[in-house]
Parts: sequence; structure tokens; C-alpha cells
Amino acid sequence: MTEFASGTLTGKNLHLSFGHNHVLRGIDLHVEKGTTASVIGPSGSGKSTLLRVMNRLIEPDQGDILLDGRSVLKDNPDELRQRIGMVFQQFNLFPHKTVVDNVSLALRKLRKLSKEQARAEALEQLDLVGLKHKADSRPANLSGGQQQRVAIARALAMKPEVMFFDEATSALDPELVKGVLALMADLAKGGMTMVVVTHEMGFSRNVSDTVTFMDAGVVVESGPPEQIFTAPRTDRLKGFLSDVL
Amino acid sequence: MDLLDQLADTFFNWEEMAKVIPALLMVGLPNTLILAVASGIFGSLLGLALAMMGISRNAGARWVARIYTDIFRGLPAILVILVIGIGLSPIAREITGSRNPYPLGILALTLIAAAYIGEIFRSGIQSVEKGQLEASRALGFSYGSSMRLVVVPQGIRRVLPALVNQFISLLKDSSLVFMLGLAASDREIFRIGNDAMANTGNLSPLVAAGVLYLILTVPLTHFVNFIDNRLRTGKPEKKEPDELAAPIGKGAQA
Repeated sequence: MTEFASGTLTGKNLHLSFGHNHVLRGIDLHVEKGTTASVIGPSGSGKSTLLRVMNRLIEPDQGDILLDGRSVLKDNPDELRQRIGMVFQQFNLFPHKTVVDNVSLALRKLRKLSKEQARAEALEQLDLVGLKHKADSRPANLSGGQQQRVAIARALAMKPEVMFFDEATSALDPELVKGVLALMADLAKGGMTMVVVTHEMGFSRNVSDTVTFMDAGVVVESGPPEQIFTAPRTDRLKGFLSDVL
Repeated sequence: MDLLDQLADTFFNWEEMAKVIPALLMVGLPNTLILAVASGIFGSLLGLALAMMGISRNAGARWVARIYTDIFRGLPAILVILVIGIGLSPIAREITGSRNPYPLGILALTLIAAAYIGEIFRSGIQSVEKGQLEASRALGFSYGSSMRLVVVPQGIRRVLPALVNQFISLLKDSSLVFMLGLAASDREIFRIGNDAMANTGNLSPLVAAGVLYLILTVPLTHFVNFIDNRLRTGKPEKKEPDELAAPIGKGAQA
């Protein structure tokens, strides 16, 4: 796995409400360059929303987001999102385009690469995730695991400084999870800055550098994985771990 | 058997049919196609604009689209064609210097078609999963680019059958421009059949016109069924198990 030009991402006191529903209540999250932060917690705790706020798919009501120490709230959000790759639970590949076109679309339209150049780079990314031979297939003809690896290649093609994973393996059949998690672990080892929202406690424990436990829109506890998983301090985290482990 | 002979003569008088067929093919067919194709194209463009307005975050744009659609879907086509074709003809004459009613006929058909096509496009675009827009925006595409490159192409694909149905309907409605009064060379299929019927008192020319309409519309109907089927099942392609997963699991075909 190649080295990445990754960055440091910080969310400070992030708040977000949908009407009366206070989804994020002052979240702080710091992800040091080249490290992997996993975010765990019960469903509805705001984990996925946090990712969408950190790349400004949803604008926060309050708080700040810093990339390499500089606030990005005043930047063009489209340009910010070019610097942050995102992988979704439901893959969200573009079904009307071939696999290679899924990966090369942003290269052509946003990076303004020529068709041939974009295709060459896209094929390189597909090779990295082991799916070069599927370049001209349609996403619908791939397994879920393959689709998710294409989605990862699509995000990586933009040479992001940070990668977000939103429950990337939750929609996969159990036997397909391993391949995707292995790829994510490779990225982490390669020095990509990653924020991983996950229900995979094994991944969280073994791959991530820090673990953040969220519940009801707040960070209840965070720290290195050994501390979170072997010496939880709060009852809420103890209760959550006993439920999922 | 007199009655049967009489009926056969009324509907299937080959002589009368043969007399009208050259005009149907040489004059009526191109004119009908001009009306239907032009208003189909303009109606689709205007319809797409209405669909984008209909799903816009701007309440004003949504309202304009809503009111437009309600009006032009709610009126009989013949009324719109007459009101536009007659009401705007002084202006059209001023601008084009011609008495040809086709520009106004096409305009009226376009306005009607756009209302229906706008609703077809809107339902198609709205049926595209939210995750598609989200994934496109997450890559760094603007809202407009995401719609243009990712959401709208998928939405239109899903409603192609409904769209072709609308074209069929437009092809038939094009016959209504005869109400505007057409010079001999401007007559479309229906008007030619109708004139011949009026001259001869025999219905066979209209039957011939009907057959010509069917020759145009029936293949379109079957084309709809074909693409509908194709969209449902997709192009057949062999699925293969996930190679990476195969050693781990049973090689599922998720």
C-alpha cells in the first residue's frame, strides 16, 4: 500500500439539531495525521451524522472543523469534500456507470484529467483493491464486498487527505466483511488518516489508534483501544460493550 | 348479405383508400412527424426544467412548476390548441410573417406535453436513492453537477417507458391541430383522411389514416415493453463469486 498525503482532522464543539432533535451536543474529535479513529456507539447516537457534519454534507449549527489546524468552515464545501473521501454503508456506487467510470468520474470532471489519463488512474486504484479485472462490469454484477471495495477505490482516486467510513461493512454478508476490513486495515497501515464509524469491535480494537464512544449526541469516553475495551470507566460504555461483545 | 357488403364498402373501400394513400404518406406523415417530434423534443426540455423546479429547494420555483403543471394537465388539449393557436396568431404572423399555424400548434403541444413529461421526470428523479446524491456530493461534486451526472440520468432511465407512452399520446394529439385550419400542404394524417372522407362520404380514407397511426404507435408500444423489461432485468451478465471472499466463505453472490 502506498503512502498517503494525509492530514490532521479536528472537530471542535460540534452541535447540530434537526428541529427539536438535538443530534450532536458538542462533539470534540481529534484525529492525528496518519492515525485511525474509530467511533462506536449504539444506533441513533449520532455517529453517522458526525461524519456528515465533518465533511459538511450537513452544516453544523455551531462549532469548528479544522484540517491541518486551519478552519475549513469558510471554504467552499465542495472543495473540502474533494479532500475527504467517504465510504457508505450502502456503497452508493453509480449503477448507470461501469466500475471504472465510477472511479474515474470525479477525476475527469473535478480533477479535469483527460479521459485516458482518468481511466489509467482509475485502473490503478482498482488494481489496489484487487478489482482491475472488473473494470468494465456494472456495479450490479458485483458482490457486495466487491462493490464496497470499488467504492473505496472511488474515494481513494481523489487522493484524499482523510477517509471516512460509515459502517462500511454493516450491509455485507458475513463472509464478505473480512476482505473489506483487510483493505481498510491496509489503508490504516499505509498512513491514511481515517475516521471509522463501525460496529466491528474487533477492527476498532485491533486497527484503530483511538476509540471514541458516542451516545445520545455526546462523546461519553475516548482513548486508546486497550483502555476503552479493557478498562471502560463509564457505566454507559460498560453497558454498551457487554451488549455487543 | 347486403348489410355486410355495405359495411365493407364503408370501411374498406380499397379504391378510396388507394386514392388517399399517396397524400397520407407524402404530406400527412411528414407533417404529423414534424408536429410530434418537435413538440416531443421541446416538451422534454421544458419538462426537465419543470421537474428540476419541482424538486428545487426554492419554494418559489416549486410553486411555479406546480401551478404550471396543474393548468396544462387540467385543460383539454383541444382547448389549449385553439386558445394558443388562434389567440397568438396575430403575434406569430407579426414575428414570422407567415400564416402557417404549425409554430403555434407545436407551441401548444409542447406546453401540454411539458406538463406531463415534467411530472414523469420528477417522479423518476425523486425515485433515485438519496445515497446517490450523497455519494456524489461526498466526492466533491456540486448539487448541480451531481444532479446532471448522477441523479438525473438514473431518474430518466427509470421513466423511459412512461416517457415513450407520452410520446405516443403526443403523436395522437398532434391530430388536433387540424382545428387551426390548415392549408392543403400543411395537413397532417388525420386531416387528410378526414377531408377525403368528407369529399367521398366514405369512411375508408379515415380507416387508412387510422392504420397509418397504428403503424407508428404499435411499434412504439412494443418498444416500451422491451425497454421496460430490459430495465427490470438488466442486461444478462454472468455473476461471479467474490474471489477475495471465496477462500474465507462460500463465495456468496450478494
